Amino acid sequence: MSKVRVLVGTHKGAFILTSDGKRDNWKVSGPHFAGWEIYHLKGSPADPNRIYVSQTSGWFGQTIQRSNDGGKSWEPVGNKFSYDGVPGTHQWYDGTPHPWGFKRVWHIEPSLVDPDQVYAGVEDAALFHSTDGGQSWSELSGLRQHDTGPHWQPGAGGMCLHTIILDPADPQRMYIAISAAGAFRSDDAGKTWKPINKGLVSNMMPNPTGEVGHCVHHIAAHPSRPGVLFMQKHWDVMRSDNAGDTWQEVSGNLPTDFGFCIDVHAHEPETLYVVPIKSDSEHFPLDGALKVFRSRTGGNEWEPLTKGLPQKDCYVNVLRDAMAVDSLDDCGVYFGTTGGQVYVSPDAGDNWSPIVRDLPAVLSVEVQTLA
Amino acid sequence: MPHVETKSIRVILPYHLRNLAQTGEEVTLAISPPITVRTVLDAIESRYPMLRGTIRDHDSLKRRPFLRFFACAEDLSHNSPDDPLPESVASGREPLLIIGAIAGGSR
Repeated sequence: MSKVRVLVGTHKGAFILTSDGKRDNWKVSGPHFAGWEIYHLKGSPADPNRIYVSQTSGWFGQTIQRSNDGGKSWEPVGNKFSYDGVPGTHQWYDGTPHPWGFKRVWHIEPSLVDPDQVYAGVEDAALFHSTDGGQSWSELSGLRQHDTGPHWQPGAGGMCLHTIILDPADPQRMYIAISAAGAFRSDDAGKTWKPINKGLVSNMMPNPTGEVGHCVHHIAAHPSRPGVLFMQKHWDVMRSDNAGDTWQEVSGNLPTDFGFCIDVHAHEPETLYVVPIKSDSEHFPLDGALKVFRSRTGGNEWEPLTKGLPQKDCYVNVLRDAMAVDSLDDCGVYFGTTGGQVYVSPDAGDNWSPIVRDLPAVLSVEVQTLA
Repeated sequence: MPHVETKSIRVILPYHLRNLAQTGEEVTLAISPPITVRTVLDAIESRYPMLRGTIRDHDSLKRRPFLRFFACAEDLSHNSPDDPLPESVASGREPLLIIGAIAGGSR
């Protein structure tokens, strides 16, 4: 029978939650790397027992851990992330030039076909690549050296490269997103990049439709339609049907179009999930009621999903990498909160229940569907 | 070639680095003089490669800001990494302490 393994990164360690396909009886393993910030952990699609972890600390810096047995044991691998050449400067919050400096790995994206190949999105924004299972990392510096690089600015959380999407139909094509530079696409396996932000409107920018500067929070795509992208921008939910060349807003009837996470149903490429959050700066659910919104029409028409979720006195956030789906026949949807809950819906969002309630603040959630 | 005698140097690692290196609180390293912060860290990183970058920067070799080096009740953090360590550390009577700064915060 199929199983699921949920990989949870928190402010104080990693947790692994496992269940059979019913998804009603869970085993919790952890904390792994107790006390460290685990921004992200993700398994290789080519070998689910290979898992990579970004483990960081304000005291001790960055470490990357790797498992070859599905998270039972770990080994530290390479943690040297050196920018290619002379790094130069980007813009600081006050508009002055600021030297590029590595801080941490926000997102790890294993190759779709090779367990030893893996990408890392880092702060200050850059993309790194390893072909030896994470032992050594080299920068794909064409991204950071794009003409617009000196004009990129950090968002409130730092200038992070937080989203990496590999096109399953075209190994040359990949997408990344940076807060707050925007989205970029490469059609040559990461050598060169172009901003793909046409159609985004960010009123906090001097030029709201600028080529870069947009605070993209997350992007999701369905594997069967790699040219169709869905974006949760700081404000606005957007979609693109041409690989990011142009975007249109699909916020529709959402009660607020601010949020962090977005994901797509495993078997219905036009079914989307977001968690609307109140902003400016409050960053908790509207009226203290935690609601996932689902669109079955690729956006614009949204329905609230509340069954099993707290509908009063709830003031948590759901961060950008903290939602995921499994690929069982009845698609499971998962998300983690800054209050330490990880929720599961085994029926595509109709019903929810907490797997765990009291973890440290959740930074990321990934799901592996295992045979 | 003249014989250079190595010294047994004791180092106390902070809790999280012990876990990362899967070692005990105190490690003992055989180091040829001079006995300095630099030669001690070189020896630690050689024996425990997973600690590279966690105590000092990979490239600049500067001490990470929230770590301190103590020995013999003195803070040596701001000394040159090439200064000789106190005789009692070089002779193995006292350990070099690598300390994570107390920085209680929101997390």
